Amino acid sequence: MSAVIVARHARTPTERFKDAAWVAFVALLLGIPMVGMTTVDQGGALVVTTRFGVLAAFVAASFAGRFAFRWVMDQYRTRRDAKSTTVKVDRTAKVVQVLGWGILGVALFLPAMYSDNRYVVDTATTVLIYVMLGWGLNVVVGLAGLLDLGYVAFYAVGAYTYALLFTHFGWTFWEALPAAGAMAATFGILLGYPILRLRGDYLAIVTLGFGEIIRVILVNWTELSNGPNGIGSIPRPTLFGLPFERNPAEGEQSFATFFGLEFSGMHRIIFLYYLILVLALLTNLFVSRLRKLPVGRAWEALREDEIACKAMGMNVTNVKLSAFAIGAMLGGFAGVFFAARQGFISPESFTFSESAIILAIVVLGGMGSQMGVVLAALVLVLLPELGRNFAEYRMLLFGTAMVLIMVWKPSGLLSSREPTIRLAKASAMGGQK
Amino acid sequence: MMLHMEGVHAHYGHIHALRGIDVTVQVGEIVTLIGANGAGKSTLMMSLFGRPGASSGRIVFDGEDITRVPSHQISRRGIAIVPEGRRIFPRMTVMENLLMGATFADPANFNADIKRIYAMFPILQERESQRAGTLSGGEQQMLAIGRALMSRPKLLLLDEPSLGLAPIYIKRIFQIIRELNTEHGMTVLLVEQNAHHALRVAHRGYVLQHGEIVLAGTGAELLASPEVRAAYLEGGH
Repeated sequence: MSAVIVARHARTPTERFKDAAWVAFVALLLGIPMVGMTTVDQGGALVVTTRFGVLAAFVAASFAGRFAFRWVMDQYRTRRDAKSTTVKVDRTAKVVQVLGWGILGVALFLPAMYSDNRYVVDTATTVLIYVMLGWGLNVVVGLAGLLDLGYVAFYAVGAYTYALLFTHFGWTFWEALPAAGAMAATFGILLGYPILRLRGDYLAIVTLGFGEIIRVILVNWTELSNGPNGIGSIPRPTLFGLPFERNPAEGEQSFATFFGLEFSGMHRIIFLYYLILVLALLTNLFVSRLRKLPVGRAWEALREDEIACKAMGMNVTNVKLSAFAIGAMLGGFAGVFFAARQGFISPESFTFSESAIILAIVVLGGMGSQMGVVLAALVLVLLPELGRNFAEYRMLLFGTAMVLIMVWKPSGLLSSREPTIRLAKASAMGGQK
Repeated sequence: MMLHMEGVHAHYGHIHALRGIDVTVQVGEIVTLIGANGAGKSTLMMSLFGRPGASSGRIVFDGEDITRVPSHQISRRGIAIVPEGRRIFPRMTVMENLLMGATFADPANFNADIKRIYAMFPILQERESQRAGTLSGGEQQMLAIGRALMSRPKLLLLDEPSLGLAPIYIKRIFQIIRELNTEHGMTVLLVEQNAHHALRVAHRGYVLQHGEIVLAGTGAELLASPEVRAAYLEGGH
């Protein structure tokens, strides 16, 4: 019998059985201390008791689970192999474009559809904050390829700049916005300088440290930041000077009185939503434009090959610092919005887990992909919200989802890269392999 | 004189990598540096760019002392390099790679330059909107050369352009180097391990050993020299 040799054949039942048995064995090893034994409090003394019944169930479940998983994966692979003979035309770019406009359409009309559902609009606002942060970090991580684990520091700098400018000098949201952006950019450059020569893991460690330093300063420098108590009563943004208040100050108009509407708390919520939508869209426009300019291409080239960049005559120092500064500035803007929306900020809001979530959004979205950031932000913000019903299993669900995304889409939800330049003539040929 | 290195010494920490190098490249010449692994060929190229900088000696390019000029400024003065291992930008398209090469060139020349390079390497035009990382090794080398030429350099440095290429592409690459020189008047400094090919295409050559120039002469002289034959040419090609 002349069998065709296939590199990765579907497993035979025996192989599947062996595979599952092996997993069950590992589960047994791990399970003995973790499941098989437990401590019981007997009159003040801790006594170790065994739970072999539970352990057996655990091992059996591992075996069955692995067997079923392999079986499903094999089915999936066989079907995919059968399919892969047909020629596939890459339509990702088109799909992404349609998807983008679709999401934008939904985003524009969402408050109209849910004008009395505060929870929906609030959650959507949170998603948009993360989208904006993701787009900002995308400049540093996705485009310039500099792994930044302390991005939340710039978010904090932006938020505290607004809070402090208001409490000490009475600056409004709109006055503080550019100042906070500039402040965050300055911090971006401050961070950028010492780490110019670092790459990869080392860079990640230092940025992680930087993020923590900012938070620790905010906690401990009580005179400046009011320490862990935070800063409160930060004013909400106004619409061209019209505040969203029930009772405007004497002789002044509020949003409701100016437009002759009945006052409603939702006005402010919806206004905040549209405000972050506009800020996020401006961020997107800004970053997309930059990407097509020499500076954006220089970032991408830097991500690809730093030495080649130097050989091209690029001043790598400036390229890196500009990426840090612009990424930080965008984070600062988002921070000002965050402070204005919450009305209260404290170092609690700027912990490492925030940095991790923003980074996860960029990585899961597909490094450098603007649309990927939107999808990943939706997934990462909505999933824990949807998971509220699962109470204490919420984070488990969240983690599983992240693992699954990385298994199926190892380079992110949208990993295809749009070229920054395309000649008219070439586009007819482009995409065909 | 296009390039003149005079008594150049360079160090990597405590390692004395270049020990008094004298190299001259005249306008319109192809000059090659040959030598075994670790002889200092690549270091010599890097020293031109100030990394590691020459600890003593002088490097004069086109009448200007560039010994202490910062790295990124040097390539803007008309030296382009095709780095060892090609170092194209793999996830960017062929077109974008060429664009990166033209970062500091006059934008007015861009269209003419791209046409010239596509005429030289028609395959690049075909692959224009393809990711550079998907090209074959030989195509990537052509892209690296094309990218270097986009800045309209006066001097082209090629660091081991035949490294890791199929024999048919090696031939093609050396043919291209010759064409660049004869048809476009490009001055070339070529670092190669493939001494046979390099010496045949070069006007003059230097043999580098332990950071020192041990032999110099025309390509034909070096090809015929018994020392070079024994050390670099026998038993191959």
